[in-house]
Amino acid sequence: MIPLADRAFDAPHLNYGRLSPLLIVFGVALAGVLVEAFAPRRLRYAINTVLSLVGLLAALIAVVLVAGDAPSHHGGVSLGSLEAVGAIAVDGPALFLWGILLVFGLLSVLLFAERHLEGGLTAFAGQAAALPGTDAEREAASRGVEHTEVFPLMMFALGGMMLFPAANDLLTMFVALEVLSLPLYLLCGLARRRRLISQEAAMKYFLLGAFSSALFLYGIALVYGFAGSFQLAAIDTAISARAGATSMLLVGMGLMAVGLLFKVGAAPFHAWTPDVYQGAPTAVTAFMAACTKIAAFGALLRVFYVAFGAANWEWLPVMWVIAALTMAVGSVIAITQTDVKRMLAYSSIAHAGFVITGFVGVQSAAEVGDTQVTSLQAVLFYLVTYGFATIGAFAVVTLVRDAGGETTHLSRWAGLGKEAPVLAGVFAFFLLAFAGIPLTSGFTGKWMVFAAAWAGGAWPLVVVAVLMSAVAAFFYVRVIVLMFFSDPVGDGPTVAVPSILTTAAITVGATMTLVLGVVPQPVLDLARQAGQFIR
Amino acid sequence: MSPTPFLVLSALLFSIGTLGVLVRRNAIVVFMCVELMLNASNLAFVTFARQHGNLDGQIAAFFVMVVAAAEVVVGLAIIMTIFRTRRSASVDDASLLKY
Repeated sequence: MIPLADRAFDAPHLNYGRLSPLLIVFGVALAGVLVEAFAPRRLRYAINTVLSLVGLLAALIAVVLVAGDAPSHHGGVSLGSLEAVGAIAVDGPALFLWGILLVFGLLSVLLFAERHLEGGLTAFAGQAAALPGTDAEREAASRGVEHTEVFPLMMFALGGMMLFPAANDLLTMFVALEVLSLPLYLLCGLARRRRLISQEAAMKYFLLGAFSSALFLYGIALVYGFAGSFQLAAIDTAISARAGATSMLLVGMGLMAVGLLFKVGAAPFHAWTPDVYQGAPTAVTAFMAACTKIAAFGALLRVFYVAFGAANWEWLPVMWVIAALTMAVGSVIAITQTDVKRMLAYSSIAHAGFVITGFVGVQSAAEVGDTQVTSLQAVLFYLVTYGFATIGAFAVVTLVRDAGGETTHLSRWAGLGKEAPVLAGVFAFFLLAFAGIPLTSGFTGKWMVFAAAWAGGAWPLVVVAVLMSAVAAFFYVRVIVLMFFSDPVGDGPTVAVPSILTTAAITVGATMTLVLGVVPQPVLDLARQAGQFIR
Repeated sequence: MSPTPFLVLSALLFSIGTLGVLVRRNAIVVFMCVELMLNASNLAFVTFARQHGNLDGQIAAFFVMVVAAAEVVVGLAIIMTIFRTRRSASVDDASLLKY
């Protein structure tokens, strides 16, 4: 044993410049809490909205600046550096993920801040502590009280999401996982309308989320027991040397995979997804669907490529099965759904399956030619295409309403094309993108992950993926037919007129979905420049 | 001193916690079982730290305690709201969302 007392304690050196995007986001979150404590009630909404938007823009600029002067290694194959004593990897993939998380965070803030749809109030509970259907709740509504704490909560979640895929040791990764999850549990339970199902969604998400992170933590403990370190590179070295109990490594790896696959919503750990996506306020669903998935896939790729890369014969077959199962479950069960949000949730499960298909493909840049992309780059590109279409689609869902708030039952969407041709057209466009029709981003994204998987020898999986895309296309087209070729039931749905905020989010989502489908090259080049993970 | 008994105890606690989450019906008890799983991990962390002769595992245990405390705050808030609305903390009663 090394005598612990003999070690001198050195204060760690932090390169604040390289960490600035993270620090800005967490700083804005803390400032938001102070605003909640000290600013007068009527000013909080305005201050917090502006603070969040400005903070996210500043963080985005910081990401561009940090990426601009990131050092490059191995002749440009990878770029970036390890910061905070090796705890955080500010490398190409991490910077790319930070960039897209911040862009989707900005779009989500726009949806969170929407006030036109509920008669001058946000879509969040006026007073979460007041029981549904009581005088206290009605009084809160009539006095125009609202929970503007949702903005700092969202910023904390976003900060955790940025830290999660950048974490270069397992302890940082666990802390980041909790920092991103805990605010999301609360946000899920804060809907203004249909509060019972919102609270139920929060409880289900919390209990299952806490369970999965406990499994993840025990996995970390076993991997630490195997390798004697939390650092991903040290775990890689230990696995290459195969010192110690291998069964402990396998169980640890399995438990960590469960935790990460739960967060991405892959079958058989997907059961929470439809319930939580349906019950949560739609703006929160949009944020969760896009950003949590991006962060969790970033972390999944980093852990399995960097730390467990040497043991890939152990985990690749499992990932094959999970990819096929996830695509099948998502696509087949989506057919029977009667609720728009639930259908989109199953669609997001299917998309997780497509991303895992890309994940099992080619892993090293040396194996691919100049025209091809590695799995990592294909997955990064797919996440961009998926995020824009998802936020746009959920933003459309917030606009189709009746007397009781959003009307998400599919039968109420019949004849929407006659009521609001533009909105129905935009939603149809997002659905076509989910289905992967050419000239939408979904096609180019799917093409990339399938190409990476094919080049990596996973052709049976690509065949399954193409089949499942066809099944998925069926239910997307069914919704389009329902919207345009059916007669409305009763009065039909009303389409609320949103403020500039939601309009902007939908416009950006639709534009980017079209642009990435027609000229994907600029974003693809960015993903290519992101290179590989550094160790 | 052999670390094996400590690891066996940690695995036992973890299994009891996992089983509890899967079979118990009261949200508070389910949540306590999750906490048991976290503490089982702490025991494993400290044992492995002793075995490998470094401090990483012990530090991890502190971080896990802080995270567990934060989780209690959020979790009890959510379970309390559900209980006040429904007058029940059973995970079977909350079943508006399904299929």
